[in-house]
Amino acid sequence: MTLLHTKAPARRSTSRIGALFVTPYVLFILAVFAVPLGYTVWISFHRFYFTAPGADADTPWVGLDNYQAVFTDPVVGRAFLNILIFLVINVPLTVGLSLVLASALNAKLPFRSFFRAAYYVPYVTASVALVAVWQFLFGGDGLVNNLLGGLAPDPSWLVNSELAMPVIAFFVTWKQLGFFVMLYLAALQNVGKELYEAASVDGAGRIRQFFSVTVPGVRPATTLVVIYAIITGANLFSEPYLLTGGGGPDHASASPVLIMYQKGIEQGHPDFAAALGIVLVAVVLAVSLVARKLTERGN
Amino acid sequence: MSTTTATTPPRLWGRLSRTVRLVILLIGAVAFLFPFYYMVVGSLRGTTTGDLSSAVPGDLTGGNYAAINSAISLGRSLLNSGIMTGGVLLCTLVFGLLAGYALAQLHFRGRGSLFATLLLVQMIPFQLLMLPLYVLVVRDYGLGDNYLGMILPFAINSTAVFLFRQFFIQMPASLFEAARIDGAGELQILTRIAIPMARPALLSGVLLTFIGPWNEFLWPFLVTKNTDMQPLAVSLASFLSNLQGTVANPTGALMAGACVLAAPAVVLFLLFQRHFTSTDIDSGTKG
Repeated sequence: MTLLHTKAPARRSTSRIGALFVTPYVLFILAVFAVPLGYTVWISFHRFYFTAPGADADTPWVGLDNYQAVFTDPVVGRAFLNILIFLVINVPLTVGLSLVLASALNAKLPFRSFFRAAYYVPYVTASVALVAVWQFLFGGDGLVNNLLGGLAPDPSWLVNSELAMPVIAFFVTWKQLGFFVMLYLAALQNVGKELYEAASVDGAGRIRQFFSVTVPGVRPATTLVVIYAIITGANLFSEPYLLTGGGGPDHASASPVLIMYQKGIEQGHPDFAAALGIVLVAVVLAVSLVARKLTERGN
Repeated sequence: MSTTTATTPPRLWGRLSRTVRLVILLIGAVAFLFPFYYMVVGSLRGTTTGDLSSAVPGDLTGGNYAAINSAISLGRSLLNSGIMTGGVLLCTLVFGLLAGYALAQLHFRGRGSLFATLLLVQMIPFQLLMLPLYVLVVRDYGLGDNYLGMILPFAINSTAVFLFRQFFIQMPASLFEAARIDGAGELQILTRIAIPMARPALLSGVLLTFIGPWNEFLWPFLVTKNTDMQPLAVSLASFLSNLQGTVANPTGALMAGACVLAAPAVVLFLLFQRHFTSTDIDSGTKG
């Protein structure tokens, strides 16, 4: 009772200040997330043109016309297929490699901080800088082809309609892996030592322990990794735009965001791009939910 | 830690698994670091070609740095990157610390729903808002080729706000109560008690916030048409796609530009690596 009485005035006085402290952040969320999100929905149901600032233009309601255009555009279908290819390569590779590397790092080791730093460096580096190096490595007369000699693919990696998207998937896996290694390192701290002891008493070897103790033990982190991978796939732009020169041969490595940029800003159909954006959000949400169900199964 | 100390295997087996572990990590480290090594050596060679000879330091020169400097006016680009990043850092530190402290230690109406919104915002891919933001910022507000327009979408980094809140919430509320009874205002409590105690989180927050705008390509690419306003990531990308013919050793110049773009984030990360622990990442990403 006395506690409540002494606390009450403090609570009331911090209430107004609390609201004041968060006001800039609330305004920011409204301006940068809520309003643009609502605006996208609005644009997607209207015919919308870019106009000079202040100039008025007719923006008639067109219902689902923009959505119909999105669904019947073969390039859009190709872009979503590309993201699927991206995920099929990126997700297993990311989960497998980062879990193995994190397990190897999760021990007393010489040069531990050197290894951690090595894995993290690509993650903190700008995509544009790394794309430049990858072009240098995987270009027509790049190091990889020079080493492969006669075994080099023809046409070369970045201009090959079958290889362009896989190269992008490998690039992103490499760039982001350090982040996921960190994530798994943190998750490994939560796996109880007694589980390993129990497993070794039962006669389980190292590999068996990895699959029956470590893998289920870090399952929540795996869910997070998969969802992050899906969001990364949905956001893909710089890599197809820069690495494969605007989306590869015949849009072989185009992504939905790249199509949004080309259609919306380059070709001046922001209404089409807005509808594509909404479809993309819906697909991302649906796929994330399914992925979550799948990775959490058995828990 | 857990996997090695959990069991007490025979010594030979222990040494073998340690070796295997080191070999795996070493192969990984080479795969991660080789492109950076190739980039640095390539940026320093007089002729840079895509073969193994470019991996050997020799024929060294600083000419590529001079070439990229004259091709895309490096100084100006760096200044633009700095202003954009500095603006984002300033806004995130000032407004983000206020919001993080309020979400952790102050009671106000709508606190729960604001926190839920914060988590939701982190899940929305920024790219999806690019088009309406472009229409609003460039067309409606006329902020194309303007620092304010470049900064606006990133002004307050929600991940950093979340990180600050996690740190402030771990501090005992009684500490702040005591300061309030002594008559300290909330702003005083924040700047004199909470922030000094949260210094490690601040460093992680600064680093996380820094790499976003410094490395960002798509947004500044959309809002800057004037080359004098473009940050380094954008001007380097335009060199990558269409200006390479203008210099004698284009690959070398490109690698020099890539080094300049990569260096600040990498150096900052290496300097503060000790403070940038896996737990911070974990708390920064856990919903």
